[in-house]
Amino acid sequence: MSKSINLKLQVWRQENEETSGDFHYYSMNEVPVDISFLEMLDILNENLTKEGVEPVSFDSDCREGICGTCGFVINGIAHGPQAKTTVCQLHMRHFNDGDTLVIEPFRATPFKIVRDLVVDRGSFDKIIQAGGYVSINTGNGPDANSILIGKDDAEEAFDSAACIGCGACVASCPNASAALFTSAKISHLLQLPQGKVEERARVKSMVDKMDEEGFGACSNHGECEAVCPKGISIKNIANMRRSLIKSIVK
Amino acid sequence: MSILKAALPEKDIVTHVTKLDGKTPGGDLHDKWSKYKSEMKLVNPANKRKYNILVVGTGLAGGSASATLAELGYNVKTFCIQDTPRRAHSIAAQGGINAAKNYQNDGDSVQRLFMDTIKGGDYRAREANVYRLAEVSTNIIDQCVAQGVPFARDYGGLLTNRSFGGAQVSRTFYARGQTGQQLLLGAYSSMMRQVAKKQIELYTNKEMLDLIIIDGKARGIVVRDLKTGKIETHTGEAVVLCSGGYGNVFFLSTNGKNSNATAAWRCHKKGAFMANPCFTQIHPTCIPASGEYQSKLTLMSESLRNDGRVWVPKSEDDKRPSDEIPDSDRDYFLERMYPAYGNLVPRDVGSRAIKRVCDEGRGLGATGRAVYLDFASAIDRLGKKNISDKYGNLFDMYETITGESPYNMPMRIYPAIHYTMGGLWVDYDCMSNIPGLFVLGEANFSDHGANRLGASALMQGLADGYFVIPYTIGNYLANNSMDAVSDTAEEFKESVDEVKKKNDSLLKINGSSTVLELHRELGAVMWDLVGMARTKESLADALEKIPQIKDKFWNDLNLMGGGDNLNKSLENAARLADFLELGELMAMDAYDREESCGAHFREEYQTSEGEPLRNDEKFAYVSAWEYVPNSTSILHKEDLDYEFVEMTQRNYK
Ligand SMILES: Cc1cc2nc3c(=O)[nH]c(=O)nc-3n(C[C@H](O)[C@H](O)[C@H](O)COP(=O)(O)OP(=O)(O)OC[C@H]3O[C@@H](n4cnc5c(N)ncnc54)[C@H](O)[C@@H]3O)c2cc1C
Ligand code: SF4
Ligand code: FES
Repeated sequence: MSKSINLKLQVWRQENEETSGDFHYYSMNEVPVDISFLEMLDILNENLTKEGVEPVSFDSDCREGICGTCGFVINGIAHGPQAKTTVCQLHMRHFNDGDTLVIEPFRATPFKIVRDLVVDRGSFDKIIQAGGYVSINTGNGPDANSILIGKDDAEEAFDSAACIGCGACVASCPNASAALFTSAKISHLLQLPQGKVEERARVKSMVDKMDEEGFGACSNHGECEAVCPKGISIKNIANMRRSLIKSIVK
Repeated sequence: MSILKAALPEKDIVTHVTKLDGKTPGGDLHDKWSKYKSEMKLVNPANKRKYNILVVGTGLAGGSASATLAELGYNVKTFCIQDTPRRAHSIAAQGGINAAKNYQNDGDSVQRLFMDTIKGGDYRAREANVYRLAEVSTNIIDQCVAQGVPFARDYGGLLTNRSFGGAQVSRTFYARGQTGQQLLLGAYSSMMRQVAKKQIELYTNKEMLDLIIIDGKARGIVVRDLKTGKIETHTGEAVVLCSGGYGNVFFLSTNGKNSNATAAWRCHKKGAFMANPCFTQIHPTCIPASGEYQSKLTLMSESLRNDGRVWVPKSEDDKRPSDEIPDSDRDYFLERMYPAYGNLVPRDVGSRAIKRVCDEGRGLGATGRAVYLDFASAIDRLGKKNISDKYGNLFDMYETITGESPYNMPMRIYPAIHYTMGGLWVDYDCMSNIPGLFVLGEANFSDHGANRLGASALMQGLADGYFVIPYTIGNYLANNSMDAVSDTAEEFKESVDEVKKKNDSLLKINGSSTVLELHRELGAVMWDLVGMARTKESLADALEKIPQIKDKFWNDLNLMGGGDNLNKSLENAARLADFLELGELMAMDAYDREESCGAHFREEYQTSEGEPLRNDEKFAYVSAWEYVPNSTSILHKEDLDYEFVEMTQRNYK
């Protein structure tokens, strides 16, 4: 009943962080168009295993577009050709019979390649450790309704807080900047009274940490926003800059 | 029948005579917890830093526990399998979190949340635990808001609520359809603050593979570094297991691909009792499997049944597209079978009805495992705009996955495994029967009885981590003096050898069946025979088939690669080995429980209306299974004494 397509895959294979990698070529025949991209790779891996070849390592968890575990580059675009879609939510119906797909890991110095398409984005944790929180111990919170937050402010804070930490923004930036990721957290907290208190210290420390971890500077390419699966806006970067200037001027 | 009986475990189930004690403190239900807290021994601040606490898991339970224990001054080491703690499966929870705030002034109270949860669980949960859960629920919301969790607000700036199943009040707090994400990021940010203060040492990409018991107490864990394959050991004065649920036994479920039972199961094999393993929850409205390559299932909010009508063609031979089937040839089976409730029957009833029509051969599509959820009449009645305001984001998500727009054609849905109420047995302190091993969140069995209400898992994970463990662990440490242990101890060496041996033996089988094939095979057996509706015969069948798959696994597994770098197949194989053993115990538990309660539906035991029929005389107990190497598990029973609530027949009509 369901349609199927034939594909040529060119997949990056790399043993571990230390070794160099290269592309391997695989043909995939009769791929049902209803399945997801990762399910297509599941089939590839089943075939490889049966042929006695080690399967391609790639990572995923929720396969619902919310955990940020999945992610690689397809034909030069982080998370593939479908806008606002993580690779786990990308379905084969968006490809054509006979397509060649070049699949490679997110490349950026602060993301170490673990194996094949798997990278470690632990450096994002370091940025959050530098201030991406409200300093409150468990049990100290006042009654929740004693903090009033306008509906629009709450919605805007939410838009920023929706980042899934996938790293596509970094991978697609020519400078490997983490500005979109970092600014999303800064703006989320900045737009809420709870987070406002520590604004100055936070922004300074998080921005410094970004540099320290080896992420590049933002030079307004805008690639990050284009590939972000959660539609995180570069307005957040403007917020971060404004906040940073305030913190320095004072 | 007689053959089955002879082949079957009846006589193999050894029932322990001793009663298991949940150690619920005495006194009136309403002040048990506060009184108990005030009588607990405390660890003084200077001493806290002498204790190392190992927390396994960084979901809502593990994240909140790690942060809180570190804030108190304990040395915390936290482990997770993902590359960052923020990816724990809790991130995927959609709908919301319950709390008895009564902000809507609609009559909610701690007592009402307690009663709803007890009743929802079909009287198979421990009263005192559930009351405490309801009691601390309000503190959770305060805590999360203080962290900056952007809950939904109304125009006046106050928090808003939605209604969820099994409740007549509006007490569910939510952050769009991403409540789990926002709550987890809150707990995660608190954790990161403590990592920065060096109060938490973070170990990502590590999988716990064994628990170390020394002098009868949990004193350490063995983990595998998933990137390098190195086996490492960690010592501590307590282990807090927060490793999530085991829904992936069924292969297809709404759980994340990394959700697994291994940490819990390895503790079970070291002596921790596994409680009520057969209590698993099915969610009626998920996007159905599209074919044999399906890797997981996606939940579609239950709220859709407010306006969607569920149907299949009357005839199994009717293969026309939906828009060519006239009303007269459609069977709106929920409306037909349950005229009073129609499409809004409870989760378990709806799920079973859908399965029944598909079993009759009337299911849709290539797999025959789907029914329509149709919005055409609602769109006619209310207009497209109205429907889009209510369900727009769900419709979009559905379209992303299936390529079909629910505005133009009916959705297809099918039930899926969603949550596991069973888990490691814990007492009122959230401590297992192994002293020093605490279990929180979905990994324990504690609060939901035989059925969990929507929006209560997030509440429980955070209650355990933020507000229960900080007290009970202190009490344990203050009451137990312990010698220092070193990971050169014999117990560690033995375990490390054992873990290595197990991985090596998996890598050496050299057979022809892949992990995925075998997992699918197990999943099919679990779903067909230990799924939504079970019978003595189906369970007997499962108890024969699962060991066969297990044999095939150990003799015919095809596993590529080695053990000293990232090897997903090896990780999955080791997890499947544990799922195979757990699956068998689930079937055994379901076999033993000759009643229906909540989500555990034994077809033999139902009311004339098809509702689960409990047997309180014989089965008002928690089944807690003890692992016996190379033999049948031993069943211990914790009697459920209902002191404050009367057990009645659940009735939602
Ligand atoms: C799709 C979906 C929607 C849901 N929606 C809701 C909802 O709206 N409301 C609600 O209340 N509940 C909901 N639930 C249920 C709820 O999300 C879960 O029960 C809850 O989040 C579980 O939290 P946890 O902390 O116990 O475990 P998890 O979040 O599963 O975390 C497990 C942690 O343990 C770690 N781990 C596992 N094994 C090991 C190991 N061997 N070694 C080291 N680390 C390990 C993992 O890395 C992870 O960090 C939903 C569930 C699903 C599947
Ligand atoms: S900002 Fe977007 S692309 Fe970057 S990590 Fe967050 S979700 Fe991913
Ligand atoms: S696997 Fe979770 S976002 Fe793709």
